[in-house]
Amino acid sequence: MRAWLSGLLELRKYPSAIIGMAIIAFLVGLSVYTVITVPYSQALELWRGGEQWRMHPVNAGPAWVDRLRGGGKPETMVISSADSDIDVEPFEGGQRLRIPLEFDYDYTAFPSEINLFLSTPELKREPFTRLTWIAPDGDETPLGGHRIAREDRVSITQDWALERRLGHVPHVGLLARDLDDESPQVQPGRYTLVLDAIVFDEDARIDADLVLYGRVHGLAGTDHQRRDLVVALMWGTPVALAFGLLAAVGTTITTLIIAATGVWYGGWIDATIQRLTEVNMILPLLPILVMVGTLYSTSIWLMLGVVVALGIFSAGIKMYRAMLLPIRQSPYIEAACAYGAGNARIVLRYMIPRILPVLIPTFVTLIPTFVFLEASLAVLGLGDPILPTWGKVLNDAQSESALYSQYYYWVLSPAALLMLTGLGFAMLGFALDRVFNPRLRAF
Amino acid sequence: MNTSPPSAAATATSETPLVSVRDLRTWFELRQWGFVRVGSVRAVDGVNFTLKRGEAVAFVGESGCGKSSLARTLLGLHQPTAGVVEFEGRSMASLNSRELLDYRARVGYVQQDPYGALPPFMDVRRILREPLIIHGIRNRAEQERRIRKVLEETRLSPPDEYLPKFPHMLSGGQQQRVVIARALILEPSMIIADEPVSMLDASVRVEILSLLRRIQTSHELTLAFITHDLSTVRHFAERIFVMYAGRIVESAPVEELLNHPQHPYTHALLAALADPDPDNALREREVPSGEAPSLLNPPSGCRFHPRCPHAMSGVCDVDDPPDFEPRRGHISSCWLHR
Repeated sequence: MRAWLSGLLELRKYPSAIIGMAIIAFLVGLSVYTVITVPYSQALELWRGGEQWRMHPVNAGPAWVDRLRGGGKPETMVISSADSDIDVEPFEGGQRLRIPLEFDYDYTAFPSEINLFLSTPELKREPFTRLTWIAPDGDETPLGGHRIAREDRVSITQDWALERRLGHVPHVGLLARDLDDESPQVQPGRYTLVLDAIVFDEDARIDADLVLYGRVHGLAGTDHQRRDLVVALMWGTPVALAFGLLAAVGTTITTLIIAATGVWYGGWIDATIQRLTEVNMILPLLPILVMVGTLYSTSIWLMLGVVVALGIFSAGIKMYRAMLLPIRQSPYIEAACAYGAGNARIVLRYMIPRILPVLIPTFVTLIPTFVFLEASLAVLGLGDPILPTWGKVLNDAQSESALYSQYYYWVLSPAALLMLTGLGFAMLGFALDRVFNPRLRAF
Repeated sequence: MNTSPPSAAATATSETPLVSVRDLRTWFELRQWGFVRVGSVRAVDGVNFTLKRGEAVAFVGESGCGKSSLARTLLGLHQPTAGVVEFEGRSMASLNSRELLDYRARVGYVQQDPYGALPPFMDVRRILREPLIIHGIRNRAEQERRIRKVLEETRLSPPDEYLPKFPHMLSGGQQQRVVIARALILEPSMIIADEPVSMLDASVRVEILSLLRRIQTSHELTLAFITHDLSTVRHFAERIFVMYAGRIVESAPVEELLNHPQHPYTHALLAALADPDPDNALREREVPSGEAPSLLNPPSGCRFHPRCPHAMSGVCDVDDPPDFEPRRGHISSCWLHR
């Protein structure tokens, strides 16, 4: 143990080890933070998509990128009736409500979509509403009347009649300075959407939320299903690290024990292990995984199992065998036999610890290869169906032609995290190799 | 179950030898394609001897004469091809696994290369604890007591200074002391030391040999000491067995053998010793010509006859010489004594 400790202390001399460990520490910290703040079940629920994301824009890029480039793309604005002064005018058998939804719009770009969400709790009869859009210069645009159900969505963007009248899609036309302009400019200032409603109850309420969807959103943007990519990028970290670590541990330990057992017993046991390894080495991993994923299940844990199972008799056995053969002959093993150490003890306590230090660097550099494998599987469409992972984000981006539509953030952010993971483990691995691998020490 | 060593020791009288070896053969088969036998290396080929309790004996011979194979067969590391090894009157072949483990506790092993003999990833405490753990002594205090005792006995004191050290932090002599301590920790009746000082500096050789000798006498251990160096044997053994090509060719008490060597091979070995007399510096020595015989295909008759200056054709190259006793207590297998 002490030799290991001194080896670890020696790592301080290598800047790459420090950077690598910092990166790994960041990723581990992020994983822990993610798992604590967004529990597993909640992450799955969020990633399922649907109504919970209705307030989020579609395919909005990260806000900080736009701000860095000096852009004025809007973020999502939600104007709620709870914040406005509602005029109530009672009449026989009901009341007339006037709800002004006011907002200041100072962005230079148009929003990506406009929706009005209405809910009328505890109303027996459906109220009737009329919408009027008032621009800063006083122009009034009637948006028509609607009979509203208990939960209703008025999609102003998809009002084709309005689009024909304005000559532009509504979320551009309603905010434009000059409608005749081919590429209209935003008219800044205070806008009001007035909602006149007639309700047929004494103490009726109408909750209205006007949503002007932004073109940028948060840290990582959103995808085609309005889902915030932060969820997938954050949850991708623990999944990637767990997959990489478990696969690396699973294959390394089993391979090592099998190699050591073969070397210790020799004879037909060793020969069988060697032949199995040679057969396994020519089996193609990726096509087998594709086959399992297509025919059986694409659960990430099943994939992990297949990866580990196919990794047991991997080429590593040949390498470990070459390292263990001279150790098998060493006098301390003979001495251990002479004082009665059993077979299992010799394999686990006398042979394997001898080569462990040399294996640590290999082990560390092995982790990102499995992280990449998981991402590759996801890109091939064999990602876990319910878990948010980096590979799934890439897969969605690919199937929605993100690069063609210039949604670069959609590809770059998971790719950057994947590369960061690879970089961190590689930098640490190379430094560990220098410390623990005596052959490299001479140079 | 009641086959533990104390009861066996109680039945053994002082006359019964500790170890008795009869016609022991350890052959290593050579195979082609893993199953076709193409021959055998006869490393040990018909060895007879007995060792008394508390006796220090030396096995002497040139490299490749089967000394180490004999040691490993006695330790149970090699399965004998034929013959009997009896320990306290019981044949090793009849031991079950539990009894074999007990046997392993009763025979200590000191190897040639002290650095290689110690696992480099264990510290001294762990190295000495391992045999105790394997033999069921799991009480920490008892382990610690025994470890300290053997460290004191091997003059590695104060123990606290050595316990946390790893083998590479110790000198060759200290490493060999740890190896000896490990051989002693199970309180054996016999120690087999296979060239225990040949890899050490000349300055510490005598120290280690004296240590072994002192431990041997104070614990009344049987010490089987394997060497190719006749010069040190005189001080550290009571009897000598001279081995040649897998056989014992001559055996006698030390002084007797060194002063009155009988076998031509022993003569040659003694002649090859470094002689401190400066007058003899330029004298040609009579060293046996030729090389050690192939153990795969040993010579017919006496194995030494191709190199023997006294070889008698028609006798030595035809028949194996039996054991003769030319002097009292002095056994030599050579046709010259006929």
